[in-house]
Amino acid sequence: MVSFVLRRILVSILILVAASFLMYVMVGYSAQPLQDLQGSNSPNKQQLINARVALLNLDVPPPLRWVLWIGGVAKCAIPFANACDLGSTISNARVIDILPNALAATVQLVTLALVLAILLGVTIGIITALRQYSGLDNTVTFISFFLYSLPAFLVAVLLKEFIAIGFNDFLRDPVIGSVALVAIGLVVGAIWQSLLGGDGRRRLVVFLVSGLATSGVLLLMSATGWFMHPGLGAIPVVVLVAAIALGAATLLAGLRNRRALITAGINAVIALVAYFTLQHLFDVSSAGTLIILALATAAVGLLSGFLAGGYDRGQNMRVGIVTALLSGAVVLLDRFMQSWGALLIATNGRPIATVGSKTPGLSGDVWLTGLDTFAHLTLPTISLLLISFAGYTRYSRAGMLEVLSLDYIRTARAKGLPERTVIVRHAFRNMLIPLTTLVAFDVGALLGGAIITEKVFAIPGMGSLFNAGLDRGDLNPVMGYFLIVAVMAITFNFLADMAYAGLDPRVRIR
Amino acid sequence: MSTPTGAGPIPPPTETPADELAVASSVPESQGRLIWRRFVGNKVAVVSVIILLLIILFSFSAIGLGPIPGWWKYGYKALNPQENGGNPTLSVLPQFLGGNGISLGEHPFGQDRIGKDYFAMTMRGIQNSALVMVVLGLIATVVGVFVGAIAGYYRGTVDAVLMRITDVFIVIPALVIGSVVGHWFGSLGAPVLAIMLGFFSWMGIARLVRGEFLSLREREFVEAARVAGASDMRIIFKHILPNAMGVVIVSATLIMASAILLETALSYLGYGIRSPDVSLGLLISSNQSAFQTRPWLFWWPGAFIVSLALLVNFVGDGLRDAFDPRHRRFKLSKMRETRPEPELEDRP
Repeated sequence: MVSFVLRRILVSILILVAASFLMYVMVGYSAQPLQDLQGSNSPNKQQLINARVALLNLDVPPPLRWVLWIGGVAKCAIPFANACDLGSTISNARVIDILPNALAATVQLVTLALVLAILLGVTIGIITALRQYSGLDNTVTFISFFLYSLPAFLVAVLLKEFIAIGFNDFLRDPVIGSVALVAIGLVVGAIWQSLLGGDGRRRLVVFLVSGLATSGVLLLMSATGWFMHPGLGAIPVVVLVAAIALGAATLLAGLRNRRALITAGINAVIALVAYFTLQHLFDVSSAGTLIILALATAAVGLLSGFLAGGYDRGQNMRVGIVTALLSGAVVLLDRFMQSWGALLIATNGRPIATVGSKTPGLSGDVWLTGLDTFAHLTLPTISLLLISFAGYTRYSRAGMLEVLSLDYIRTARAKGLPERTVIVRHAFRNMLIPLTTLVAFDVGALLGGAIITEKVFAIPGMGSLFNAGLDRGDLNPVMGYFLIVAVMAITFNFLADMAYAGLDPRVRIR
Repeated sequence: MSTPTGAGPIPPPTETPADELAVASSVPESQGRLIWRRFVGNKVAVVSVIILLLIILFSFSAIGLGPIPGWWKYGYKALNPQENGGNPTLSVLPQFLGGNGISLGEHPFGQDRIGKDYFAMTMRGIQNSALVMVVLGLIATVVGVFVGAIAGYYRGTVDAVLMRITDVFIVIPALVIGSVVGHWFGSLGAPVLAIMLGFFSWMGIARLVRGEFLSLREREFVEAARVAGASDMRIIFKHILPNAMGVVIVSATLIMASAILLETALSYLGYGIRSPDVSLGLLISSNQSAFQTRPWLFWWPGAFIVSLALLVNFVGDGLRDAFDPRHRRFKLSKMRETRPEPELEDRP
């Protein structure tokens, strides 16, 4: 095992070195870092050119310059010495200094997109697998084909032109027309009835209830000017938290499991108490406070599940933590929404941004800046997400169908387990194993895809570093970008292999 | 696959899907015919092939290729006087429905800001996308098959070295290496760009072909060929490769679909095909600021990119189903026969 890991790391490093050489030489020969100076007509042109040649060692041919570069990179391996040297940009800034900010912006974007794509994709994949060849399944299959064929830049530009500008225009006079209300109700009703399934009567009931409820709530929101002053308020928070508790208990343990219900109930009550008592603390909160609160919430969820006891504590703990975190999210959402008015004022009533990663000159508490970040990241995240979402849907659907055909599932059904247990506890876990490989591949693809998304939305991240570097013939930032992306891709592949070996006992590591 | 079932009437062909028919028929069929039948039985895939070919043929016949003129009167580089405010003159609504009848008009897809005919430009973009798709796909396939075949057939050191080289290429995301290649060669025109991109897109296919060869080389027919004195090259290309053709063709199609997206994305970023030549991605990138005033400049190229990629994906899916019926839509009740063997690695 240890020898496998060591060998694997060694091979990875060699691959990384070789790939960096390939990349360095290719960019080095295609780049023209002196182009802007040669075209300039400043009197000290030659001096400037000489200075840049000296700064970037341009008199050394790229393959040899790579040796200098890799020497600087190798210093990063010395622990605690802080001797990393990734070279400098054309404008004499050290790459190691500009990388962290860019990396933070991109990681924020990619992580959110990745997590959401996995959650949504796997959920929808499982549902379509359970409703194989239904209208829903065929629709989702077609949509995922469509998404496969949709270039990222097209999605990004469309989102920018329609969603951002359309939503901001809508906010100017936030009244939903009656035709739109009916249409939204019909669509939502159709989606819910296909998701929940059942016989004709049940479908009709689901369709009517969900459609009418959606239209009704939207009508209410529109009539009360909710979009200008959003917020959940006490009653909706209570309803939502109760629904989450019930839903988590139903899905993870089944309603007949009394202890799971108690766990969910305890967490829901705690969340509601927190909602009514912590508002003053929230007003003075910082990001750190929120993290502590989140950790405390998770701990309470796990602990309450453990204390509820029973023969299956793990299950109760899962119910507990899911209920606790989701209810906590509802409470936070409500608090974030209260800052909406301030954001509207700060952005002249056009909160959904199409450019950049934050509103320039905006200062305020953690709620306002957080909401501002959401408003900026929503569209780029959606455009990144849509593309990998299709992959997860297809893979998890195929995986679920394959797992469901195996003998142990038949055994589980034969011994009389309810369908919920068969799906959630037997099939779901094994279906997830092959997805680890897909996640590893997807990280690389998302980081690459960020080049386009960041360009369309003008986000100052890794992708724009790469773009600008390539355009100006600036080799070192491009290589800095490459280094990060390649290390991430290799690391995630490695982790996926290890996870695979850990999860699937048929795979042995030598 | 085509086990003769002996007696029993052959069911009418209109009522049974192609693969079940093959099982029921008593006449043994060649593998190629079976695959062909399965593919033709897939309506979506067949229609996709036809539409795809029609679109490509249409684009080449409309504005011609190089010195050969097409039937359309404007070129994609020529500047024309602005007519009708640059609005599209295409009308498809017949007169009895209140439209202007089916006619192309002067500039069916409108004109861009400086008066170029957008129809000609879009057609040129389709030509370039099709060209990149085919050339990139071919080169990636040839290189990938060669590397994968050698690695899978010889195993051992050769395999280790070739696969590590593949790993080196695969570490760099496609869009990143594509940008660098495009930045370097993009100004030399679409064919050069496609060829160079092809040399950086072969990794996936090489891995698949290697896997296929690793299992096929252990089969009896390879042993027989070796005993008969066939050379390594003959075994690889005459005996094993035809059996691995399914994997090759399917992944070549999927590479072609991603080639379209890669080329348009690179052109959008400015690393692909450069002006005055036209790419669908470049059209979107240069006209996105005019989205509010001239939305059609955006819609035509967008629609064609999506339809080209979608059609190729459908064809690829149809081919996959035809070559590997295991992937085909399976019913839960039928799963016992169709389910794949679990992959057992390194059994103790």
